[in-house]
Amino acid sequence: MSKVKVSGVLKAVVKGRGGVKVDHRKNTAELEIVNMPAPKQVILPMSQHIGAPCTPTVKVGDTVSVGQVIGDSDKFISAPIHASVSGTVKAIGNVALPNGSVVQGVTIESDGEMRIHEDIKPPKVDTLEEFIKAVRDSGLVGLGGAGFPAHVKLNVPKDKKVDTLIINAAECEPYITVDYRECIENSWDILSGIHIIKDFLGINNVVIAIENNKPKAFEMLKRIADSDNYSGDAIKIMELESKYPQGAEKVMVLSATGRKVPPGKLPADVGCLLMNVTSVAYIAKYLKTGMPLVSRALTVDGSAIAEPKNVRVPLGTNISEIIEFCGGFKEEPHKIITGGPMMGLSIVSTDLPVSKSNNAILAFTEKDAALTKESACIRCGRCATACPMSLMPTVIVRHAKAGDAEAVEKAGVMVCMECGSCSYSCPAKKPLVQNMRAAKALVREAGAKK
Amino acid sequence: MIEIKNKLNVSASPHVKSPKTVTGIMLDVIIALCPALIASVFLFGPQALAVTAVCVGTCVLSEFVARKVMKRDNTICDLSAIVTGLLLAFNLPSTIPLWMAAVGSVVSIVVVKQFFGGIGQNFVNPALAGRIILLTSFPTAMATWAKPLSWKAEATTTASPLAAMYNEAGEFTAENLPSLTDMLIGNRAGCLGEVCAIALILGGLYLVIRKVISPAIPLAFVATVAVFMAVAGGFNMEYVAYQLLSGGLLIGAIFMATDYTTSPISLKGKIIFGIGCGLITSLIRFYGNLPEGVSFAIVIMNILVSHIERLTAPKPFGTKKEKKSKEVKSA
Repeated sequence: MSKVKVSGVLKAVVKGRGGVKVDHRKNTAELEIVNMPAPKQVILPMSQHIGAPCTPTVKVGDTVSVGQVIGDSDKFISAPIHASVSGTVKAIGNVALPNGSVVQGVTIESDGEMRIHEDIKPPKVDTLEEFIKAVRDSGLVGLGGAGFPAHVKLNVPKDKKVDTLIINAAECEPYITVDYRECIENSWDILSGIHIIKDFLGINNVVIAIENNKPKAFEMLKRIADSDNYSGDAIKIMELESKYPQGAEKVMVLSATGRKVPPGKLPADVGCLLMNVTSVAYIAKYLKTGMPLVSRALTVDGSAIAEPKNVRVPLGTNISEIIEFCGGFKEEPHKIITGGPMMGLSIVSTDLPVSKSNNAILAFTEKDAALTKESACIRCGRCATACPMSLMPTVIVRHAKAGDAEAVEKAGVMVCMECGSCSYSCPAKKPLVQNMRAAKALVREAGAKK
Repeated sequence: MIEIKNKLNVSASPHVKSPKTVTGIMLDVIIALCPALIASVFLFGPQALAVTAVCVGTCVLSEFVARKVMKRDNTICDLSAIVTGLLLAFNLPSTIPLWMAAVGSVVSIVVVKQFFGGIGQNFVNPALAGRIILLTSFPTAMATWAKPLSWKAEATTTASPLAAMYNEAGEFTAENLPSLTDMLIGNRAGCLGEVCAIALILGGLYLVIRKVISPAIPLAFVATVAVFMAVAGGFNMEYVAYQLLSGGLLIGAIFMATDYTTSPISLKGKIIFGIGCGLITSLIRFYGNLPEGVSFAIVIMNILVSHIERLTAPKPFGTKKEKKSKEVKSA
């Protein structure tokens, strides 16, 4: 059943359609991750993941230390929030997130000591249940940008058989290089993480997938895969053509196994488990140290940043402080985004906290931030050619503008993952992703009416 | 420290866009048409240049005026009117009175393009529709062919290869036809832009290399005509070659049938569209009263595009299998 080849460097089993050749701009690739000193204050939103938001478990005035749980939820699809600095809880109130939503947040004033909580110790993990619980306790969410709680992903339902673990090191978004740095700086943690997941979940096939524009990281990963005597030749490395969005879940499952994840289904439905490379390395670190997810590395870059860096910051650090740490702006920024330029969010102000799934902060000068003028669609079909999900964005958008929810749904709009390949390739500069989002809303609305 | 003084731009992702623009694409098409333009001036003299200038000028002017009258944004900067003008001129004989060329241009831009909403909205190729209107309005002027390379001396007229390739008994004969080499370089009667096969193929290659067009439509179109004529002509390869090189087949297949607005988007659709064009062209040429059928073939297929599109829409990712298994069950 599995199409995964046995040894050597794998090539994609099936070359996915669509995608776009985006300028890589990995300017920070050779910059080691540096630690940012503890900020004076952090704001920790209670929702840094997909799923139910947490409720604060501390009160104003409480003294907290690094790694202490400050927010949790009894819902399964959720991940606890931990204090990222030691100090005093100054406020609990509403905070804005980069996407514009407002959630509860805990503000901690740092005492500058970064005192570690006394309960922090390596967890005892012998069974699968204990492993899943440990991952939940760590607060880990997908560090690639989606922010899906890792323990939910690892808790594969009994009726589904996962035979392939795919480690996503594609990092196909331009600018971002933190996963790349992880491969170079922490490759052994990646290997231990792979062993842990593989053994607890009983998976025999592991594919580490990376794009071919990262030869150094590829060499490091190949070395760990080759030197691994422990699991025979179960761990293989797959070199992908560097093409956006190779790192997208469904695209990668297709490349690695030739299987297509049906609409509305998960990789587990076709026997695959897909994990971001940094998340995997983090699991290994957590089992060694017991330190919950309280910091993360992110790439700070873009034409307006004075000193682009890869920097590890405590979660909840204010974006403006991180930019200051990177030398501030060298030119006035006209657009700032969190995440990559293809799927990231443009923010209205730098006065926002960094959350778990935030892998980059990019600031652009006036020239690079110019909003493009839209012209009429010439039906060239570039959007349809670029769509990795075989959709026809121009057709869907036309139906959506006519308010035809049924036709929009039939055209498969719900399969759209908003990767941005269509908007990127459109010569008329149509905001197709935005239109696709509106089309999805139209379908949801029509569904709600029924 | 530089501060943020202005409000930050906020827009939906993606925040980077490909450098390709509509204007850039149209410019590529204009560049691709240049070899054929140079060839036509060389073959038919200043008259070819005059016809082209009138068509391009009238197209741009009527686009400008039409948009102004309709109180819409000025769109002449996207260069599409220049492309339409060039293509219309290329589909006219060099001997055509200039006022007729101007009439054709106005029809193309105002009636076919702007009445339906401008660029991207026309349901048939504007240049072809303009040509067809002229063909039906002024049949004699549209079928008076100057003898190539005769412009320096006193101009003489001649018959087009498509009209001259049959003898009185209706059988194919190469007797009255230019040699195949002449057919390739354009030393034959015909519309000013359609004669030089080499220049057209060169332009087509440029468009394919620049990824402006996919080769699917031209290949399907030409291959269909070739197969049809091979079968119908009793596998006389000389006959097939003359069929492929005469009339407007190459300019039609490379530049007119590949018009984005009036051709399908998916590869499957493009192939069906190309085969349809080839088939109708062949049927008109072989059985019809008209010697040439490329324009009509493309326009007829233009009208069918929305249906082809509906039938060939790609299945959204991950839904193919379900469909297949259903088909197996029903079978």
